[in-house]
Amino acid sequence: MLDANDLNVFPVDAWIQDGVAWIALNLRPLFLAIKWPVEYVLNLNIFLLQEIPFLAIVAVSVLLAWRLASLGVACFSAVALIAIAALGVWSEAMTTLSLITTAIVICAAVGIPIGIGCARSDRMWGVVRPILDIMQTTPTFVYLVPVVMLFGVGTVPGEVAVVTAAAPPLIRFTNLGIRMVETEMVEAGLAFGATRRQLLWEVQLPLAVPTILGGLNQTVLTAMVMSVVVAMIGAEGLGLVVLQGLGRLDVGRAAVGGIAIVLLAMMLDRITQKLAQPGGPGGRPLLRSLRALVRSSRPATSKPAISSPDQ
Amino acid sequence: MTERLRVENLYKVFSKSPDPALRMLAAGAKKADVLAKTGMVVGLNDVSLSVPSGAIYMVMGLSGSGKSTLARCINRLNEPSAGRILLDGRDIVAAGEAELRDIRRKRISMVFQHFALLPNRTVAENTEFGLKLQGVSPQARRRRAEEVLSIVGLARWGNHYPHELSGGMRQRVGLARALATDADVLIMDEAFSALDPLIRTEMQDELLRLQRTLKKTILFITHDFQEALKLGTRIAIMADGELVREGTPQQIVLEPGSDYVAAFTREVDRSRLFDARWAMTPVQPVPLAAGLCLAETGDGGGLVLDDGGHVVGALDADTLRGLRDTTGLGNSGLGTGGLSALRKDFVTVRECDSLLDAARAHRAGRPMAVVDEDGRLTGTLAADRILAGIASAPSHPAGGLHA
Repeated sequence: MLDANDLNVFPVDAWIQDGVAWIALNLRPLFLAIKWPVEYVLNLNIFLLQEIPFLAIVAVSVLLAWRLASLGVACFSAVALIAIAALGVWSEAMTTLSLITTAIVICAAVGIPIGIGCARSDRMWGVVRPILDIMQTTPTFVYLVPVVMLFGVGTVPGEVAVVTAAAPPLIRFTNLGIRMVETEMVEAGLAFGATRRQLLWEVQLPLAVPTILGGLNQTVLTAMVMSVVVAMIGAEGLGLVVLQGLGRLDVGRAAVGGIAIVLLAMMLDRITQKLAQPGGPGGRPLLRSLRALVRSSRPATSKPAISSPDQ
Repeated sequence: MTERLRVENLYKVFSKSPDPALRMLAAGAKKADVLAKTGMVVGLNDVSLSVPSGAIYMVMGLSGSGKSTLARCINRLNEPSAGRILLDGRDIVAAGEAELRDIRRKRISMVFQHFALLPNRTVAENTEFGLKLQGVSPQARRRRAEEVLSIVGLARWGNHYPHELSGGMRQRVGLARALATDADVLIMDEAFSALDPLIRTEMQDELLRLQRTLKKTILFITHDFQEALKLGTRIAIMADGELVREGTPQQIVLEPGSDYVAAFTREVDRSRLFDARWAMTPVQPVPLAAGLCLAETGDGGGLVLDDGGHVVGALDADTLRGLRDTTGLGNSGLGTGGLSALRKDFVTVRECDSLLDAARAHRAGRPMAVVDEDGRLTGTLAADRILAGIASAPSHPAGGLHA
């Protein structure tokens, strides 16, 4: 009888081991180059979020939630943040939040341009798409192995894993958003003599913004999940609280970490979800919300006043 | 009228390598043959036409006839497979990328069926879209936007968003956007088809009103033959990618030329389309008396004209016969007694009045005089001629029957 184990003749594990060791040894400059900006942005974020006083962070979060989403979300954010502080994991929560905000910054800086490239070139999309498929079907847990081998352990390698896991939805949604812009809109642009660049900036990107923000919401949630998982490779934050609780069979500690994670995740989800929906409070699309945020002296419900030069 | 736009032997095959299909078409194959043999869809098959400057040129056809393909080839949203499109003598098909962009920015603008307004921009921002692409300064383009918005009757709507406007108003914005660039050629691709009937009629009237002052060269695509008749100075009818009939609305209704075209013209309201000049019987006045002429109306009676050709009265058949019997015509027989027999109850219509107006003016037993702009008699119009003109094409379009 043939036994399944009899087929195990190829030392695949050894090959991969050797391969990764070779890559780690010879491509070290490449990984350092990838690690450097991640480390820089992450440290900046950690510094900011840890140094800004508790009340200031609550105030800013509530204001953001109110202007970008709604009053309800703003109230929830206030309650959630105060609860996290009351649970005694404020510092850890801020570390987790820095992992997430860093992921947003880096994913947006890298993912959106890649998404735009994919939307404009079928060939590029043909190459990127299978990679995204693999990245998104791979369990987040599995990311940790190559990351540890190539980047080591700690918070910064953890951030690399977070970014890697969180980027695919944003790339996908950016590509989708641009491709979904109605042909008549694109033709209107062309018919009035738009260059390719003008077409992108004047027509395609503005109309793709809601979809791209939907992708951003997915990215935030994936980053949230991943920021907990990377505790296993030594990243700090709320994940570490849970992991320590488990390690010491301290159910209370683990639960505190878990509750804080849920509160933080819900808050981030509510705020970013509202971004993608056209019309937050007073039926204002995102860009106008952002504009209103800048000139916050105006009442929230004011119409976008684009005054004519003659008046 | 000078020629603004000329299309010469234009072909469009939807394929990356259209050569086999083009060879088949050149050898006389039809759209269906090419599809069966090569699997390629033919959009345009040897279309040639000439659009005079200042005309509203209607391209009419059912869906799949290639009418939109033709329009979109003009500004090369669709790339023609073969042929030439001459704008003031310059071939658009041969234009390079930069030249094409310049043509699209300055010479040809377009109005879309579903408006294609950017939802994230205000009406004014949409209107100045073309100018923004050209790099016109914000102040200058806003001024221009306000100008054209007031032309289309939306002066106070500049700061609103398209979703706050009704369909008709949105298409006015679409029109304003097309007018803002000052292009002299306007492509209107089924521009009013998405509007409900009342608004559509209103927009058609509006377009005719605007065109009187703007004098653009308009290529208007439509599937509605009534719309083509109403707006068009000339109409081209397309079927299966080919041009099957081209001419003025009256020519096409009179001589459809094929069953396909006749199917559209059958339901046409001729009483509005044709004018009195077209159905009238021309007159040949003969001298009657000093300073007076007689124009026979065909029923035995006649109209009496003065030196200037103006109608002074009518003679019924009996009076005229009496005059002929006693004195003979031309021999100053119409004395004082005869003049008193002149009837003043004749009806006058102008040459440019529609047959519908002529029918309304008609009174039984009273002769109808057709006069030109200066009031001079050019013809007479009998009831049977009016009816024949409304019902179908008379066998003798001019002269004939009663002459």
